[in-house]
Order: sequence, then structure tokens, then C-alpha cells
Amino acid sequence: MKFFGRFAAIRGISASFAPGRLYVVLGDNGAGKSTLLRIVAGLMEPSQGSFTLLGTTDHRKVAHRVGYMGHAPLLYDELSGMENLRYFAGLYGLDDDTVCRKAMQMVGLDPELSRRIGQYSQGMRQRLSLARAVLHDPELILLDEPFSNVDVHSAREMAAVLGRVRDEGKTLFVVTHQAALMDGVADEFVHMAAGQIVAREEAVRKAAASNAEWTPR
Amino acid sequence: MTTLGVTRTTLLKDLRMEWRSKDAINSMLFFALLVVVIFSFAFNPTAEESRRIAGGLIWVAFLFAAVVALNQTWARELRNQVLDAYRVSPAPPNALFLAKAIGNFFFVVVLEALMAPLFVVFYDLRSVGPVWQLIVVALLGTWALVVNGTFFAALSIRTRSREIMLPLILFPISIPALLAMVDATTSILTGEASPDFWIKMLAVYDVVFTAVCLLLFESVLNAE
Repeated sequence: MKFFGRFAAIRGISASFAPGRLYVVLGDNGAGKSTLLRIVAGLMEPSQGSFTLLGTTDHRKVAHRVGYMGHAPLLYDELSGMENLRYFAGLYGLDDDTVCRKAMQMVGLDPELSRRIGQYSQGMRQRLSLARAVLHDPELILLDEPFSNVDVHSAREMAAVLGRVRDEGKTLFVVTHQAALMDGVADEFVHMAAGQIVAREEAVRKAAASNAEWTPR
Repeated sequence: MTTLGVTRTTLLKDLRMEWRSKDAINSMLFFALLVVVIFSFAFNPTAEESRRIAGGLIWVAFLFAAVVALNQTWARELRNQVLDAYRVSPAPPNALFLAKAIGNFFFVVVLEALMAPLFVVFYDLRSVGPVWQLIVVALLGTWALVVNGTFFAALSIRTRSREIMLPLILFPISIPALLAMVDATTSILTGEASPDFWIKMLAVYDVVFTAVCLLLFESVLNAE
């Protein structure tokens, strides 16, 4: 349970999720999707009940195994893409530039791009935000509206990248309103309404969906 | 990822961002400069009077100027909700606090170094006591201001009128430190009394409040 004042954002969710799958969380605004993701990420505590993540209730113990991409970019506008990634890599004890370069290339961004991200387009910021979330090679990746403000072409490429990440054995939770983008990539659709999981539906995966290449820009 | 390592990484990142934007240092300098010039016109003191009032003037100017910078300490972390990226990482919370406090200390010390010659010129200041003691008071006093300021700025980031909240919380808790700073500075400038008691009091204040801030920061960072 999660309350904001007297409003119950999450009510009575009891569920477990198998690893190595891509879950797409769907629901109307206010259904509790982002709140659920923030609880899983360790940014919020449930008001009632307990929550076990990767076998422990202590989030800090498994923080290095979780990647989180928020609704906002979670990046510094005053720094370049590589400077941002270098800083966040440092928080995970990584000081190798290769990791940052690989993450940028994975999302189709040029590591040599020296301009500050305040001058990036919204789509580029979203992609860099995804790069930040997967930088430390987490087992569990939580993505809140990764396709917002991203053009359809880039969003499809992004969805394909997520499919490839899942194929590497990672577990992904993607909160989105654009379910169609995840058709053929998702393993399961999780439907939420009024703070509860109301349905879980197995998805049909298409092998070709995750083979698309990202066009660097 | 040790506390020291993350502190260093975060501090370097903050210094780089400040170097590019100069938000904090420019606003502090402008504010302190205004205080120095306006007070010098308002009082027009003699050299003897200056020595008696300068302790108060200097520290009031630095306190208000520091608040301007302290208010901006967490602003960058709130923009784009970057603080969440830190919170989900395994980096120790205290490393963030220490980096912010050391960064603010550096900015305020730079301000003091730039403003000190102006105080001398505008108020015709000559110290009767040893100048090195003034440096000790400046360093201890500045840490007292920034360690509490950084903590209370973090405490007020989730409030709606945080720019008003910070001085409201910070000033009352800084009164003992401010008293010690002003009295120690006046004692050194006039040479009439020993500043030892006030310097010791400042040192104790610094140790106590640094420890308390470090103990409580994690709760403040993760408060909803």
C-alpha cells in the first residue's frame, strides 16, 4: 500500500515477477504505475506491507543491480553527454571511459558530441537517460515513460534496444502509454487501474523485432 | 565506491558546473559588494570605529552572501530530478553532503579572499592583533556557516518557499557561531582581548554540527 495523504496510490498489490523478461506496465494516468516503479527503485517506501527486491528488503544492498530511468531525464544540463555518464559511472565505482562510450553508442549517440545536454533535443536526452540507466550493466532495469517526447522512428529503435537488453538476460519494467511500440518485444503486459494490478497478459514475441539497428546521430 | 571517491567525483562535477555557469560566485560577489559599499557610505567610520564594528559588518555581509549561494546548492540537483539518480545509486549519501559542503566552503572562501581587500580599503582597517588568527577565524566560521547551510538547504528543498525557509532555519541555529565569529574578529582587530575562547567555541561548534549533519543527512535525502 502507498498513501499520499488520504489518497491510496497503490493498494493491495501482491505479485512476483520472474527474471529475464520484459514487462510492460500499462494503465491510465493515476493508475499507480510510476509510484510502483519508484517503490521498486527504492525512491519511495510503501506505507504498508513489505517489498522484496532481488531477494532482499534492503534496497541499498542491491542498488548496483538496479537501473532506473525516471520521467525526467535525471541528467545535468550544464554537462556534456560523456561528462554526465562519467559522473554517474563514478557513483557505481566505474572509472573506465569505455563503459560510458559503449552506453552512448548503444543508444545511438556519438560519444564525441561535446555540446552540453541542455542543447540536446528531447529525444536525445531520453536516449542519454536510457544510457545512464544501463551504464552499470544492471540486472533489473526500470523505465518510466522512456518514449515520451521521442519521435516514432527513434521510439521504435529504442524499443528494439530494450528487446536486445532483455535477450542478454536482463529483467525490464517499462511503464508506457504507447503499448503498440512494445508489441513483439514485450514478454508480458501488466495492466494497472486504481493502484492495483488488474490483469497480466502474456505477449507474443517476434524474433525479428529485436534485430533492428540503431542509426547513430 | 568509497565515500572519499564519490565526494571527490561530486565535488569536481560541482566545481566544473560552477566554473561554467558562475551562478553562485557572481550572485555572492554582487551581494557582498553591495553590502560593503552601502555600509561604508552609511557609516563613514574612523579607523578606530572601524575596528570595533568591522567584525559584525564582515560576517553579516558573508552570512547573507553565503545564503545566496547555499540556496543554489541543491537547485541543480532538483532540475531534471537528478537527485533521484543519486538516490538510486549505491553511492553513500554522506559523500553527497560532504561534496556540497566542501564546494560551498570553497566558494565562500574565494568570496572572502576577494572581499577582504575591499574591506581594508573602504573601512581603513588595520588589525592590531595577529592576522593569522583572522585566517583561522575565517576558516572555522565559514565552515560553521556552510555545513549548517548545506544541511538546511537540503532540508528545505522539498518546501514550496525554500528561499525563505533557509534563512529562517539557518539564522537562529547559527547565532552561537555568529557570536563567536564576530567577537573573535573584533578581539583580533582591536587587540583588546584574547580571541582564544571564541576560536575554541567555533571549533567545538564545527565538530558538533558537522557530526550531527552527517548523522542526519541520509534521512533528509530520502525524506518523501
